[in-house]
Amino acid sequence: MNAAVATPSAIETAALRSDRFRLEREADWKRLETIVTRMEKGRLRGISDEDLLALPGLYRTVASSLSIARETSLDAATLGYLEALVQRAWFVVYGPRSSLSEWLRGFLGGGWSAAVRAIWLDIVIALAVMVAGTIVGWLLVSHDPEWYFALVGKGMAGDRVPGASAKVLHDSLFAPEQKDGLSIFAAQLFSNNAQVSILAFALGFAFGVPSLLLLVHNLAVLGAMAWVYHQVGLTVDFAGWIAVHGTTELFAILLAGAAGLHIGRAIAFPGNRPILQATAEAGRRAALVMTGVVLMLVVAALLEGFARQLVNETFGRFAIGGFMLLLWSTYFFAFRGHTGPRWAKRRDARA
Amino acid sequence: MSALPTRLRRSGRDRTLVTPEGIALPVAVAGRGARFGALVLDLLIILVLMLGSTIALLSIAGGAVSAGQAMRSGSAAGHALQFLLIVWIVIMFLFRNAYFLFFELGPRGATPGKRLMGIRIAARDGGRLTADMVIARNLLRDIELFLPIVFLMSGGADSGWAWLAATGWFLIFMLFPLFNRDGLRTGDVIAGSWVLERPRQKLEAAMSVARPPRNGPMARGDEDMLPAPRRTYQFEDTELAVYGEFELQTLERVLREDRAASIETVYQTIAGKIGRNDGWNDEKAFLEDYYTQLRARLESAMRMGRRKADKFSE
Repeated sequence: MNAAVATPSAIETAALRSDRFRLEREADWKRLETIVTRMEKGRLRGISDEDLLALPGLYRTVASSLSIARETSLDAATLGYLEALVQRAWFVVYGPRSSLSEWLRGFLGGGWSAAVRAIWLDIVIALAVMVAGTIVGWLLVSHDPEWYFALVGKGMAGDRVPGASAKVLHDSLFAPEQKDGLSIFAAQLFSNNAQVSILAFALGFAFGVPSLLLLVHNLAVLGAMAWVYHQVGLTVDFAGWIAVHGTTELFAILLAGAAGLHIGRAIAFPGNRPILQATAEAGRRAALVMTGVVLMLVVAALLEGFARQLVNETFGRFAIGGFMLLLWSTYFFAFRGHTGPRWAKRRDARA
Repeated sequence: MSALPTRLRRSGRDRTLVTPEGIALPVAVAGRGARFGALVLDLLIILVLMLGSTIALLSIAGGAVSAGQAMRSGSAAGHALQFLLIVWIVIMFLFRNAYFLFFELGPRGATPGKRLMGIRIAARDGGRLTADMVIARNLLRDIELFLPIVFLMSGGADSGWAWLAATGWFLIFMLFPLFNRDGLRTGDVIAGSWVLERPRQKLEAAMSVARPPRNGPMARGDEDMLPAPRRTYQFEDTELAVYGEFELQTLERVLREDRAASIETVYQTIAGKIGRNDGWNDEKAFLEDYYTQLRARLESAMRMGRRKADKFSE
């Protein structure tokens, strides 16, 4: 029947103008359907380059066929078919186009740092909260050392308790630990930290409050431990011990909390936009930041697992930590890069 | 754009989506049952993958107990085992976080579970589905799904009140899709995505052209090699003026379904209404001609900008 349909005589003899319209264009529709069906089945290799190049054009042709058919045809079968076909082609044409590696290149070469700069206000707020959390932890424990156990927990504290001797605490910073399990330790640290920071981000949904609470709690632990070391005059050594990986890890947690806060702020104060749109815009920006946070945590876990255990003196630790801090800050705030796909589009629009 | 009069609405899950070309497309939001089914399927697949890779790595390591001893020995074998353990930790992390990302970033925009249920994700604003969206909607899955599972497995918090508060918190996220029109997860809200049904529709032959021979292939007939010339019916303008687009579509559906009983009923109704009875015993041909001519009339009026939605409208 298809062969008969395609002949010009069938087009001429069709009684209705809308049927002639359909018969003239049916070949294009069928071709698009074949391509789309192949792509839906994941057989990308079976599609010729010619077909792939024709896809956007065919999509627009069929979409315009649909618009015309809606105004001129009352054939419900044709309309239903065209609507379904345009929708399927729309899925393919406007699907995620960039492959993962392509996206990663755009992400590292400017997309990530641009997203970080876009949430600068939230970063400032989160930073203030983190500093406040540290001070709170310090003050609480200095008033009543019992707070230490409420904050840190017995299991995690180990030997590092208020009133421990300087020797014990010094050893906890510099003791040559068993180096065998280091790599496993690093992998576990990463898995755990990544989960925590994803949590800090995801909790932003509740107006960002849980994100901030999580930041306060984590940093209060840090403040409490700092006080314990301060009691025995090891403040600088403790700072070095933290700094090795802390400049990276705390930076990552800062970004995660800020990303959560960014979403929370968009929900609480959407401005002139509809709340769903505001949330979606903030969410996409924050997701970019979060992907980067996971990467930073990989680096932090490696530093914590290897560098901290292998570099056993405070100056070296400060050097590594300071270098990492400088590196991240430069990358985020000074590096503009060649811009990612979305920014490229905006630039094109301006030009 | 007004609700399309050209289609019969199917259910309360129909939405209109405007593509960047400005074309309004009718789409159907995926049912909650289908989404739940897809999730269960995906979790099963993840579980099988996790178990499979664990067993595979264990068999490489040669049994858990001896592995534990060898690892502490610090020998070369110990280092190899440590490496395997790291591989395992990384694989578990990836299964948990990257499974959904990997599949939803593909051209099909659906995990295997979603594909089996015939649904996929799309951008809510009709634009491109970007990698950022897919990442955002899947990061949120952590608090919606994995956190409660881990929480329940670990036996919950210590005190009753903490348990109650935590359960309430998780229920808010788990039940979130039940309390909005489009069945959005919190992840969908954050990402600006939604889950739609995948349409699948064959192009059916137009009713008004290329009719198949009505009496089957001419195999048994010997005296008339050519099928008897089909009788045609002509209808007056007044006879066609009684019906509108809605009736036309109903008629089209009846003709496509081709059930003798309903054709008979529809013939009775139409013939009675326009006062004709010459289609007796030839109801289908009568209705097909009526359909073609009614469509021609309505379509030419349509080109003039006059539409007649149904028999009640002028």
